[in-house]
Amino acid sequence: MSEAYVRKEFVPPEPPPVTSRGIIGWARENLFSNWWNTLLTFLGAYILYLMIAPLVRFALIDAVWTGSDRSACLGPEVGACWAMVKAKLGQYIYGRYPEAERWRVNLFFLSLLTMVPMLIPSVPGKKWNVLFVLVGLPLLSYFLLYGGAFGLEKVETSLWGGLLVTLVIAVTGILASLPLGVLLALGRRSAMPVVRTFSIAFIEFWRGVPLITVLFMSSVVFPLFLPEGVTFDKLLRALVGVAIFSAAYMAEVVRGGLQAIPKGQYEGAMALGLGYWQMMGLIILPQALKHVIPGIVNSFIALFKDTTLVLIIGLFDLLGIIQLSFTDPKWSTPVQAATGYLFAAIIFWMFCFGMSRYSMFMEKTLDTGHKR
Amino acid sequence: MNESSEHQVANAPASEATNEAMSEPTGKQRRDLAISDETVIEIIDMNKWYGEFHVLRDINLEVKRGERIVICGPSGSGKSTLIRCINRLEEHQKGRVIVDGIELTNDIKKIDEVRREVGMVFQHFNLFPHLTVLENCTLAPIWVRKMPRAEAEEIAMHYLERVKIPEQAGKYPGQLSGGQQQRVAIARSLCMNPRIMLFDEPTSALDPEMIKEVLEVMVDLAVEGMTMLVVTHEMGFARQVANRVIFMDEGQIVEQNDPETFFTNPQHDRTKLFLSQILH
Repeated sequence: MSEAYVRKEFVPPEPPPVTSRGIIGWARENLFSNWWNTLLTFLGAYILYLMIAPLVRFALIDAVWTGSDRSACLGPEVGACWAMVKAKLGQYIYGRYPEAERWRVNLFFLSLLTMVPMLIPSVPGKKWNVLFVLVGLPLLSYFLLYGGAFGLEKVETSLWGGLLVTLVIAVTGILASLPLGVLLALGRRSAMPVVRTFSIAFIEFWRGVPLITVLFMSSVVFPLFLPEGVTFDKLLRALVGVAIFSAAYMAEVVRGGLQAIPKGQYEGAMALGLGYWQMMGLIILPQALKHVIPGIVNSFIALFKDTTLVLIIGLFDLLGIIQLSFTDPKWSTPVQAATGYLFAAIIFWMFCFGMSRYSMFMEKTLDTGHKR
Repeated sequence: MNESSEHQVANAPASEATNEAMSEPTGKQRRDLAISDETVIEIIDMNKWYGEFHVLRDINLEVKRGERIVICGPSGSGKSTLIRCINRLEEHQKGRVIVDGIELTNDIKKIDEVRREVGMVFQHFNLFPHLTVLENCTLAPIWVRKMPRAEAEEIAMHYLERVKIPEQAGKYPGQLSGGQQQRVAIARSLCMNPRIMLFDEPTSALDPEMIKEVLEVMVDLAVEGMTMLVVTHEMGFARQVANRVIFMDEGQIVEQNDPETFFTNPQHDRTKLFLSQILH
């Protein structure tokens, strides 16, 4: 054998070549790696242009921004009639809520901001914040919006509408479905047969019926079982229906997360002497929920958009009230519907996109770099 | 034949890492380690089944305070199951298990009481990946022992220093090497100030380079008089630290003896075969 090979010096790490870094490197690799991909890139850009250009023209360039009635939005080449949205904004946000009392709704919107510190991991005092949001906020909202106490005039829920109803249903659904869903998911994996059977039956029943059916049942069938004279508020019934329905979905999402936790985590927690609720609350759920943040937010987004279904039981959410306003002859123009739907789409998209971005932020923040 | 196998055993280093780790406490020191007369674990005619499969058969074992017992045997022989019955991670169906005067039954309170006093170290560490090293160590003292946070952190840092990784306290387990993780796991158990430590193949999942650092920590513990039950194949550790070696096969205790006799003069044919397989 000849001389043994022995490395004398170790090679220090070097940066990668320029062509594989930065924007140029990225574009080269992803957009222009060969003539076929280059062709596709240009084709894609052209199609995007074809789609986006008319939208920009309709929503911005040709749009009508001011005006007091339909005459402003008439004409051959007229885009979105934002003047109408401006004039009707109050109705879109508050429905038929009395104008003198609308400050209460504004205060309610403002009070929703108390959820923000709860959602940022680095802000301290989570325990009190969660407690307030789950107990204080619903009570406050009830008295603020419904009134009938503390000198506040009673405002029947039939007068509520627009964004107010959308947010009330969505926030209630979200705040109720997560804790309920977690409990149901734990129940479904419980060793106790009664708890497990109940959870399975509950989840499978509510998951098995469409939300529309749930809403119909709550407004048409449910009152039949009540004694004469006893009525529940229509909105309240919708709230309960939506909350239970989404809790069943949430339970299955959370269960998926629970199943991803290795047995060793349970054993590690048990061996230290932690009780069931301590183990679940401190060890298992924080990890399980982190795994399924995309699924949870997915459910929230679906729930937010499903609030539009309450239209069929005669509640007017944002979309419902916009549709209702199409019947107003004062603003009757060819672009009336397109403008209204575009506005609704923008509002819904803003909320849903916000939730989606938040979920990505949380995934990144909570990532402790364990890949095993 | 007999002579040659004996010769083999006597010279056989189980693994180089072990041998180095063991250089400190010599055989003489080991014998000096005090064992009290007080019984801390008593297992009487214990039987356990997994469905139809009879995993543990008529186990009888008495452990005195300060004893260091190594349990070895082929895979599937029930050695892990045996020590997991001691803190009720596994349930036995027949017989009695009494730990520190408390008999393990379905009573959850008693099970938690035992678990508080019995530390356990797992093959795969089972650290909590969403908590930092320090939080891993303080969690149980704070929530189970209701200790103030500051005090728990002080104790945690003390034990992290003892396992020689205080500088990693702020990191997450996923950022540490296997050996470091296992040392954190040991520190985490020690923070509960347990009277008994169970080790379930603590070095089996580690890279060869990291076995030594974990074994050193375990040797230190043994020298300090901790009652230890260790399931391991590190025969160097057994030889140097254990005062008793138990050999299991098919769910039974086949042979137990002091390590010197166990390794140089095994009695049972199954033990001889096993030792000839693992000591080379």
